[in-house]
Amino acid sequence: MSTLEVSPSEPVSGPSGHTITNDFSIQVATVNGSGSQTANTVLMRSLFQMGIPVSGKNMFPSNIAGLPTWFTIRASKQGYIGRRKEIDFLVAMNPETAREDVMKLDRGAAVVYDEPLKLNQLRSDLHFYPVPFDKLVAPVCPDAKLRKLVRNMIYDGVVAFLLSIEMDEVHKALVKQFGKRKAKAADLNWGAAKAGFEFAARTFTKSDPYRAERMNATAGKIIIDGNAACALGAMFAGVTVVTWYPITPSSSLVESLIGYLKRFRHDPETGKATYAVVQAEDELASIGMALGAGWAGARSMTATAGPGISLMSEFIGLGYYAEIPAVVFDVERVGPSTGLPTRTQQGDILTNAILSHGDTKHPMFFPCSPEECFSMAIEAFDFAEQFQTPVFVMTDLDLGMNNWMADPFPYPEKPIERGKVLTGEDLDRLGGFARYKDVDGDGVGYRTLPGTKHPLASYFTRGSGHNERALYTEREDDYIHNMDRLAHKFEAMRKHVPGPVVRLAEGAEIGFIAVGTSDYAVRESCDQLRAEYGIEASYIRFRGYPFSEHLQDFIRRHERVYVVDQNRDAQLLALMRLELDPDLIAKLRSIRYYGGLPLDARTVTDETISQEGK
Amino acid sequence: MSTSTVTPPPKKTNRLGLEVLSYKGSKTTLCAGCGHNSISERIVECFYELGVNPYNVAKFSGIGCSSKSPAYFLGMSHGFNGVHGRMPAIATGAILANRTMLGLGVTGDGDTASIGIGQFMHLVRRNIPMIYVIEDNGVYGLTKGQFSATADIGSTQKTGAANDLPPFDCCALAMKWGATFVARSFSGDKKQLQAIIKTAIAHNGLSVIDVISPCVTFNDHQGSTKSYGYMKDHESVLQELDFVPSYDDIAVDIPEGGVMDVQMHDGSHLRIRKLGRDYDPTDRLAGLKWLEDAEAKGEVLTGVLYVNPDKPMFLDMLNLADAPLATLPQTKTRPSREILEEVLEELR
Ligand SMILES: Cc1ncc(C[n+]2csc(CCOP(=O)(O)OP(=O)(O)O)c2C)c(N)n1
Ligand code: SF4
Ligand SMILES: [Mg+2]
Repeated sequence: MSTLEVSPSEPVSGPSGHTITNDFSIQVATVNGSGSQTANTVLMRSLFQMGIPVSGKNMFPSNIAGLPTWFTIRASKQGYIGRRKEIDFLVAMNPETAREDVMKLDRGAAVVYDEPLKLNQLRSDLHFYPVPFDKLVAPVCPDAKLRKLVRNMIYDGVVAFLLSIEMDEVHKALVKQFGKRKAKAADLNWGAAKAGFEFAARTFTKSDPYRAERMNATAGKIIIDGNAACALGAMFAGVTVVTWYPITPSSSLVESLIGYLKRFRHDPETGKATYAVVQAEDELASIGMALGAGWAGARSMTATAGPGISLMSEFIGLGYYAEIPAVVFDVERVGPSTGLPTRTQQGDILTNAILSHGDTKHPMFFPCSPEECFSMAIEAFDFAEQFQTPVFVMTDLDLGMNNWMADPFPYPEKPIERGKVLTGEDLDRLGGFARYKDVDGDGVGYRTLPGTKHPLASYFTRGSGHNERALYTEREDDYIHNMDRLAHKFEAMRKHVPGPVVRLAEGAEIGFIAVGTSDYAVRESCDQLRAEYGIEASYIRFRGYPFSEHLQDFIRRHERVYVVDQNRDAQLLALMRLELDPDLIAKLRSIRYYGGLPLDARTVTDETISQEGK
Repeated sequence: MSTSTVTPPPKKTNRLGLEVLSYKGSKTTLCAGCGHNSISERIVECFYELGVNPYNVAKFSGIGCSSKSPAYFLGMSHGFNGVHGRMPAIATGAILANRTMLGLGVTGDGDTASIGIGQFMHLVRRNIPMIYVIEDNGVYGLTKGQFSATADIGSTQKTGAANDLPPFDCCALAMKWGATFVARSFSGDKKQLQAIIKTAIAHNGLSVIDVISPCVTFNDHQGSTKSYGYMKDHESVLQELDFVPSYDDIAVDIPEGGVMDVQMHDGSHLRIRKLGRDYDPTDRLAGLKWLEDAEAKGEVLTGVLYVNPDKPMFLDMLNLADAPLATLPQTKTRPSREILEEVLEELR
């Protein structure tokens, strides 16, 4: 990476001979609270509508207004939508960071900037496009109060000209963004975008090589953030009780869900809600309510992030031991403590696997995309009820809060699975039941729901020692028997968590293991290793914990296996060590990134090469 | 067994045809003489006498001697003994899942006023429809007698150590922040406690019942303000209470003069006859002042402190379906294919 010490080198001059089409990243540097989100979304959408694979990543501060924020859009004809470190096209709108932003660029990058910042004096090896934003915005936005917001749309027009983004698509994206109800705002912004475009057309001779060109790689696709996708999944899973306490980056998951539930989950005849959402007083309460609801038979969930997970610890142990279904969406952010609340990390893997005191183990699902957020949310509710236990759906800030291109979600065809619940008629037939008895060999007992009208239905749920009949016990044999059954139940889950995605490369000596959003970087890195170093690498992405037996098999097949972690302490690797034989552990290597940004392929490639000694 | 042909006398049953046995639980493991045991007995009697269907009751508790007691009553009802101080959350979730259940929470003063004060206050604020009984002995019985947050200033432990922090008055807190039936009683006052529990069963909203319930093992000595002896000398009974169930014909009688009649949500009546003092249980602010004054005098006011059967509760605000959310069929909880298509189209 280039640093601030980079000194101006030989100037770049005139239009360069070659063009780089549909393979660039744009970074917009602004101040948060300035309304740049709309301009950035429109820019990203315009490229998407031109059929070019795109991704957008927002790097924002934990603050409401006035601190620097960066939005990066990557266009990639190869379909790489992970973060790319290198910036090709900078839009420098923030005087605070402009200098550093420019100095960090690689040689040959382009810079659109606010003219008074005079950034062109900093370096001579970049392509500079100065724009007098204030002068341009005044005539298109007579209302001075709105100018701060509309001003940003000017750079959309400028960038559209410079990158050959079709203005029709910009217009379409704008209309979509504002919706029918805000037609006036859309008009105002469209005026600004046009002003930017016309100014650029009049003024600039394009000298950088980057260019967008229509393709056909996004037809039928949608753009959605992972949190909204989880929310949709939860709604279609038939969630009935939702409890939460706001925390970045999980808040928008529940907020989206509330929006969807209000629209689609009221009984058409009575208008009554078929769900309850409670904003609890804290995470102790949100998980407690979710468990109370799960115990009483609801499909219950909560969503949180690291600090909330820490608070939930005691209750999760109760959920494990008393065997109560609930789904916990953990949208991971950077810890420890408050950490970096608006940056991404896979920081809760180890914590959640054994959250709470005593011997506990919890299943985790690891979606990597909006498609999987949707499908795994649905699976998680079934799984929680099937195994009568809390389930963690582990996403992260990158997946949860950024916009992703995705295939449309298939409608869930599998009927909702409510697990082993006995009705009054069942009890008549069976003549009773023992709540914690392993009748079927999978470690999962049968339960009854409160309200079941049968003299044999009731049982007493407790977090203290209990025997098969749910009676209080402190006996050594009862305790061990119960704990062994719980361990057995956990083993049974291995075959039922979402299975891994395996890509075996022929003759590969090395392999990668990753979960969740590391996927984008790892897949791109495999291609880089092949193209740049002639190294073949296999790759297995686990989508559920407990890990399936594929883990041992994958490691056996390779000489060296790189476990990719987005945290400092190699948590994923550590979790694997807990259950692997020493000869397999000996093959494991660790690649870790924990800077708080989405993992990028170059980091993985460079680290692999360095450890491979190449 | 003899083969006598004499038919046994018919067993006594309630209006559901259930015997009192159906309302009992397993044998108590609490100390003999513990106030909590008396409260369990009152619960059994009240639910039996009113003919509450045990299948419609869900029991909740936290952790403590008091919180163990749901195992000792209503054995045919589902019960949930959760974690220390966090019963309100569990109960709230369960009631949201199945609003047709009658929630009955039993907790201790440590469970509620110390570790659980936050959840208690939010339960009160939401006015969740349930009965919340605090078995108040001023100490942590289960961990052997440390002071709880309801211990009075100057009250001493067995060792002689005195409490120097002021107590939380859970009734005052409940009245101030939203509970709609608030009462204080004494585990030794059978008649009063029965009337209060029965009223709570009939009430639609949160009932907070603080029952002074002496811990005979750790807090029943001289110097304790939660002992049987102290209550004998310092209890000030505000009213004579009479509960008239909705199915009882007497309900239509006009009460005699000087008796306040409160009609509860289910049509039953609470008859309140003042004893000497002019306490109005519908006047919240005046009631709070009464509690302040009594505390200053070292007096324990017992009786119905506040009742408001009409305040809307949380479930109404949520506009919840009438049927339990827990058992709604897939046709009600999974939106159609067309709706998914509609949402996806918006995202294209
Ligand atoms: C998180 C947690 N901290 C501490 C304890 C230990 N503990 C068990 S019961 C109890 C106090 C119970 O007091 P109270 O609610 O007044 O019940 P009592 O035994 O007096 O009826 C404590 C501190 C616990 N179980 N959990
Ligand atoms: S220790 Fe006290 S509170 Fe606990 S059972 Fe014994 S008398 Fe009751
Ligand atoms: Mg106590």
